[in-house]
Amino acid sequence: MSGEKQMSDRRPPNPRRRPSASPLVPFETILEQHGPAVLRFCVARLGSDRGEEASQETLIAALRNYEQLRNPAAVAGWLFSIAQHKIIDLERSRTPVPISHEQIEQLAGGREDTDRIEGIWPQVARLPPKQRDAVALRYLADLSHADIARAMDTTEEAARRNVFEGLKRLRKDLAASGPVPSHEMTPSAVLPT
Amino acid sequence: MSNEKRATQLEELLRRSASIDEEEWRGARRSFTARAHSDGLIGVAFEDHDTPLGTLRINATGAGIVRIALPGEDFEEVLEDLAGKVSARILRTSSPPITRARHELDDYFAGELRTFTLPIDWTLVRAFRRRVLYATAQIPYGETSSYRGVATAAGSPNAVRAAGSALARNPLPIIVPCHRVLRSGGALGQYAGGLEAKVQLLSLEKAI
Repeated sequence: MSGEKQMSDRRPPNPRRRPSASPLVPFETILEQHGPAVLRFCVARLGSDRGEEASQETLIAALRNYEQLRNPAAVAGWLFSIAQHKIIDLERSRTPVPISHEQIEQLAGGREDTDRIEGIWPQVARLPPKQRDAVALRYLADLSHADIARAMDTTEEAARRNVFEGLKRLRKDLAASGPVPSHEMTPSAVLPT
Repeated sequence: MSNEKRATQLEELLRRSASIDEEEWRGARRSFTARAHSDGLIGVAFEDHDTPLGTLRINATGAGIVRIALPGEDFEEVLEDLAGKVSARILRTSSPPITRARHELDDYFAGELRTFTLPIDWTLVRAFRRRVLYATAQIPYGETSSYRGVATAAGSPNAVRAAGSALARNPLPIIVPCHRVLRSGGALGQYAGGLEAKVQLLSLEKAI
């Protein structure tokens, strides 16, 4: 038998060996490093319940596909691109469904799923989608422009521009709509003087 | 107010709102881990366990205990090694093999267990090294053997040095009792967890 033949015979896809040579860090490390930000990102976009659901879907999908990740250095961008997709999926699924008696009571009591979309985030939610996503990735997820680019499948320059335009528009909107309903900060600090 | 100052304050506001607290994250983490278990996504689960030797780290696959890290070892390095050799889908969580290992280790250190019966995953050990560890696992509680003794039991009486190296790299210390292997003549030899730990284990078993 020729050596070449042996080589080709000896190459069954081994699920334990990754094609890339760079080692993956234990998923536990990724979870502790980025998990809280993923949750924050999802809750700010969708409210407590659906936010936690999106966050869990994100982390489960990440864990499931972790060993296929080609570029471990870009793990944050990869993780938040999954979160981005899960949020869109859940937003799409926001169709009217029959609601239960308990849910009606909850709503009557003033409790809604949007309780945690607090402070300035309702304004952010009204930005054009690309700017909204870039601003959320920058400030909720605390990503670099390079990671935002990866999460949004765009260039670093475009990511930087989307954050910049988002902030600019946000300032304009805030100036037009009056004080920010946040006790953490006086309105005058955000409004032009 | 300058534009620059306003920009910074807006950024600060964006960062600070929508915060989540530690407790909330812990809760979300717990339900994520439970889901990861039920979806069968965990390659390696690990937990730390306190013993009279110090804190051990127990690492397990679904098949069984794959690695016990002794107090003197670098736990993070052990995890990185497992990520490369077993699976990077590693989570800090309990699992049935880990719970079983905790109980058996507690009983062992209480002097109430002489033979471990927990499931073991031998993934990290191959060929001759595995034969050496199998032979080591046969040394009865309270007795000792020599490096030559285990080499012989593993089928290669002359491979004393190789047997020594297999024991030095034993991924399952305590459970596979490499502490029961001494130099011919009775000198203690080596131990990954330090000689003091070796003496402590042998004294517990009243072997010395």
